[in-house]
Amino acid sequence: MLGFILRRILATIPVVLVVAIFVFLMLRLTPADPAAIIAGDNANAEQVAAIRKQLGLDQPIYTQFFIWTGKLLQGDFGESFFFKKTVASLIADRVQATLSLAFFTIVLAVMIAVPIGVLAAAKQGSWIDRIVMGFSVMGFSVPVFVIGYLLIYVFAIQLNWLPVQGYTRIELGVWEWGKRLILPAVTLSVVYVALIARMTRTSMLEVLSEDYVRTARAKGQIERKVLFRHALRNAAVPIVTVIGLGIALLIGGVVVTESVYTIPGLGRLTVDAVLARDYPVIQAVILLFSLVYVMVNLAVDILYTILDPRIRY
Amino acid sequence: MTTDSSTVAPMPGGSDPALAAPAVRKAPPSALKRAFRNLSVRIGGFVVLLMIAIGLAAPYLDTMSPTDISPAARNRLPGAERTIRDNEGKQVKVVHRFGTDSLGRDTYSRVIYGARVSIFVGITVAIISVVIGLLIGLISGYFRWLDPIIMRVMDGMMAIPGILLAIALVSLFRAGLMAVIIAITVPEIPRVVRLVRSVVLSVREEPYVEAAITVGTPTVKLLWRHVLPNTIAPLIVQGTFICASAILVEAILSFLGIGIPPEVPTWGNIMSEGRSVFRVFPHNILYPGVFLALTVLAVNMLGDGLRDTLDPKMAKRV
Repeated sequence: MLGFILRRILATIPVVLVVAIFVFLMLRLTPADPAAIIAGDNANAEQVAAIRKQLGLDQPIYTQFFIWTGKLLQGDFGESFFFKKTVASLIADRVQATLSLAFFTIVLAVMIAVPIGVLAAAKQGSWIDRIVMGFSVMGFSVPVFVIGYLLIYVFAIQLNWLPVQGYTRIELGVWEWGKRLILPAVTLSVVYVALIARMTRTSMLEVLSEDYVRTARAKGQIERKVLFRHALRNAAVPIVTVIGLGIALLIGGVVVTESVYTIPGLGRLTVDAVLARDYPVIQAVILLFSLVYVMVNLAVDILYTILDPRIRY
Repeated sequence: MTTDSSTVAPMPGGSDPALAAPAVRKAPPSALKRAFRNLSVRIGGFVVLLMIAIGLAAPYLDTMSPTDISPAARNRLPGAERTIRDNEGKQVKVVHRFGTDSLGRDTYSRVIYGARVSIFVGITVAIISVVIGLLIGLISGYFRWLDPIIMRVMDGMMAIPGILLAIALVSLFRAGLMAVIIAITVPEIPRVVRLVRSVVLSVREEPYVEAAITVGTPTVKLLWRHVLPNTIAPLIVQGTFICASAILVEAILSFLGIGIPPEVPTWGNIMSEGRSVFRVFPHNILYPGVFLALTVLAVNMLGDGLRDTLDPKMAKRV
């Protein structure tokens, strides 16, 4: 098992490297000249050249890559073109909002999706099953921002139960913080619930036809225990996998949700950076999100061996 | 198939031998027929065709110019009427069925014209990513020495969440339709590559392919005749899902203000424009939102139905 974990960790290195090269090249080979952007519209050629030298942009491209990677490993993401602050400090300011939103969303999604997926599988073909599957297809089709505005309209504007937009830092009061995260988390969780519920149902259906489930029922085990203790445990691996893979959807959703609810998080930062063509920030955010995604899936793969001791690689 | 398959008669309508080759196996009611009988293919297909028709017929659906600004008629509620002077100077009464936006443009017309962009982007992205993915996938699956390199690159690309990659790619180009199409296509390619590669790898082990290799069939012919036909069904299914996702991502990019330029009527742009006055005039988000959701839902249903009928192996997997 240790050997597997080690090999799995080593396997992520090329992936991360490819991401780094990709992100680096993508933004270095742009037609736009970052030095000219920083210098501003009124700068002359000499000023632009000076800034180019200062940023190391006059070096050959592979040297630039090594300089860039070396700095990254020291936690230096460079300086934002637009905000005139270090990228690291920009990210540090915004990470709390995004993490809070992601945490609320994941907890909410798993708490809703797994039970309804199990229920749909247990009552396959019933109206419950149809509603769950229908919801699942809907969840994939209705865009996050439409759901967001719908919820704002109903719960914040018409009913006036919850605040419309914005974010309050947790230091300023847990209730204020949580209150403003309810609508965004619900919005963001819809697509995630759709994904997890569908996989839970499929995986459960497969397991429910196994002999040990019949045995459990035959010995008179109550249905709830058959479903959750015998079946769900054996169906867990694909469900956990899809929770991990769904992080990609979640990250995409974060960008949109933060824009809808004007939450000052990493997603909003990404959009602002793209609008301002703020390449150091774009690079850093993409690297960071991708790294999180890769790491979560690494963790999921390792979790398998604990969840299901039969899995050996 | 009515002709006896043992006689080496030319296939009826066999203009494309690649397509006809696997059909020699006696297939009970052809997959295509089964697909057309499927309920979600029918419903999804109908709505998709309807949206295409709406997009194509946009000028004839009692629309006005989707880009004309009229400051006098800003932020009208749905159903608002007003009289305007037409080209010949006559007074004409017009109804803003879906209201107007904050520049006085007719939302109904913009939504109807918006169908064009959304569907065009969806179909174009699906076709380009399937074609490129197919090529790379065939190469990767067939040439063993290239496979590890290609697959590492694909793994790396897949490690970047799709929408994020699209957002980053958009920032590289001047905003416009082409930029958006490229930005949405690139993240979809690795998924197609993986699919094609897995088909190639499994087909390569089949006895008929081994036999073909033994008799010295050239690689290109081998891929064309034996491998390619096996990828068609899963690629149609995958392409449909890519189309749905591309329509969504295009709307997201436009909504975030980093997609197609704002004056172009797209569903995402209409909603993006409607954000600032959303509290008072929710119709600019509601109507395009409904059209968008309906279209994506229809394409997804079509994909689900096609998957169940054309590609039952995949249906079991997911």
